[in-house]
Amino acid sequence: MKRTLSIVALALLVALALVSCAPKGPAEIVIGGVGPVSGEAATFGKSTQEGCELAVEEWNAKGGLLGQKIKLVYEDDKGDAAEGAAVWTKLIQQDKVVAIVGTVMSKVSLAGAPISEQYGVPMISPTSTNPSVTFSDGKLRDFVFRACFIDPFQGTVGAKFAYDDLGARKAAAIFDVGNDYTKGLSEFFRDTFVSLGGEVVAFEAHPTGATDFKAQLTKIVQAGPDVVYISDYYNDVALIAKQLRELGFTGPLVGGDGWDSPDLVKLGGEAVENGFFTNHYSKDDTRPEVQDFVRKYTAKYGAAPDALATLAYDAMNIMLDAIGRAGSTEGVKIRDALKATDFAAVSGRTTFDAQHNPVKAAAIIEIKGGQQVYRTTVAP
Amino acid sequence: MGSIFNLQQVVNGLQLGSIYALIALGYTMVYGIVRLINFAHGDFYMIGAYTAYGAFFLFNAVLGGSGLPMAAVALVLAMLASGLVALLTNRLAYRPLRYKPKLSSLITAIGVSMLIEYLFSALPFIGPSFRAFPEILPSVPIKLGQNATISTHALIDIGVAAVLMIGLTILVRHTTLGKAMRAVSQDKDAAKLMGIDVEKVIAWTFMIGGAFAGAAGLLAGMTYPRIFPFMGILPGLKAFIAAVLGGIGNIPGAVLGAYIMGVAETFATAYNSLLGEGIAFAILIVVLLVRPRGILGEKHADKI
Repeated sequence: MKRTLSIVALALLVALALVSCAPKGPAEIVIGGVGPVSGEAATFGKSTQEGCELAVEEWNAKGGLLGQKIKLVYEDDKGDAAEGAAVWTKLIQQDKVVAIVGTVMSKVSLAGAPISEQYGVPMISPTSTNPSVTFSDGKLRDFVFRACFIDPFQGTVGAKFAYDDLGARKAAAIFDVGNDYTKGLSEFFRDTFVSLGGEVVAFEAHPTGATDFKAQLTKIVQAGPDVVYISDYYNDVALIAKQLRELGFTGPLVGGDGWDSPDLVKLGGEAVENGFFTNHYSKDDTRPEVQDFVRKYTAKYGAAPDALATLAYDAMNIMLDAIGRAGSTEGVKIRDALKATDFAAVSGRTTFDAQHNPVKAAAIIEIKGGQQVYRTTVAP
Repeated sequence: MGSIFNLQQVVNGLQLGSIYALIALGYTMVYGIVRLINFAHGDFYMIGAYTAYGAFFLFNAVLGGSGLPMAAVALVLAMLASGLVALLTNRLAYRPLRYKPKLSSLITAIGVSMLIEYLFSALPFIGPSFRAFPEILPSVPIKLGQNATISTHALIDIGVAAVLMIGLTILVRHTTLGKAMRAVSQDKDAAKLMGIDVEKVIAWTFMIGGAFAGAAGLLAGMTYPRIFPFMGILPGLKAFIAAVLGGIGNIPGAVLGAYIMGVAETFATAYNSLLGEGIAFAILIVVLLVRPRGILGEKHADKI
């Protein structure tokens, strides 16, 4: 008898507690975050999560958004498209998120994007570079944005840097014909360089996996360029740079974010000096947004932020800024505010073009004394 | 834009050809003696590159420093290592099959090649990914007239290949071993009857051929400072074609074929970037159709 009583009492208590808790509490704006926290790209997911969390923490410290606290629900897509679709649906239907910041890999973002479209929940992918994430089959995905520039953009910025900063008037380019990334970069480099008034004196392809590039490079050197654009990944860049120097070319080399590896200097040594590449951001940039972010991030997580953490931080800030300007958590209003974005992000002041790709500056990194040194920022 | 046929491209071709020549020699010598296309030969080249890589690391740790003497010691070590692996391959894989049908050894050769490649990929201190070959000697361009340069690396590649090839010629023409090698290549049974230890001659041939491939590996590592366990496949294949072009089994033929290949590949690439890779195989087809025994090959045409 005594036992039954106590159980009933306990049940009553629990019920009371639930009733008093559930409807009350401060109102919250729930934002979804998605990244591959486990799986093959786990470090990417972790960086992304940290970037998002830091941004939300800062907004809440400043008093939240629209007078409410922001709550981040972060989900793991495991770097898998099917998992991504499930997570997207869960966030929208179960957690009732008003917007989603995610995800890292293009193939997973491609699975999430149609779901965001279907429910009218705006999303920003921090790092998916595949153009079809935001613009597919000639059709714009109205609720989908991205925070990183897409590949061809780097070719454009590289050409501007070569023409304006390096003062080059004759350029040559070499690229891997079997790789869309390097091919795209080089083509955009060529087009921009020509439209600026420069001359592209040699435009040479090489097959994937080649180690001897001398035949192409001889043609390049003999054409007398002021600068050589190498859009390959660091592995090939090092070999190409070495052989270019052996052929007597001493001018500057320019490339894209495929250069961003400590192995570039290990493989290339002296040959990659006087080399420059475009990247999303540099932690040595002196702008206050950058230095502020690097300091806060390092204090919280004990390591300097990588490009992924930075872009996730930017993506989250752009989204929260848009919600603030929209003055509402309604999907359509957030979308319209996103389209009108003009935000001083860490990776550069950002606006969106007609295909929802960011228009922002790229950092130029120089290889100097075997180190990556921040050189300048180039606006498109 | 100048013509693609210019001095610089010839220099490029000769440098590439030197590396092909060192590999092609091993193919052709082994074929000349035992009528076996040793498809694992490209892997001896890879082993040479890795041995040199390891040697440089040891030197750097122990002695600290770099330069010509270190490169010379690494060259000797690379040649020794590749020679010994070649010797071992012959003893363990090919010798037991010596008097079995030829197809058995050929298939075994492909097996040995894959075994070495995947074994190296699996070894934790080698691994399947690219490794940066250290820069022991800086490569300095030297002006060659108006429009061409030759790098110190190209000079080393061409020079080392020339010295080794002259050494081989002396060995084959003027030593007892050379005489025995020539005898075995002409008629194995008759050589045996004359008291020549045929197996010993074969072992030496493998060892010398392997050592040459090892030297090529070191040179390639210095010239193209990116090494990985599968780096021997394509150069091996091209060197084999060079040996066929020159006349398989014929030593001067292999050298000639290799230089033709190197220069042809460079010119073809200069003409069209993507043509270069295919030119070797186009040459192979033409040679097999027009002159199956190769440029300097002997009359009797064996099937490969």
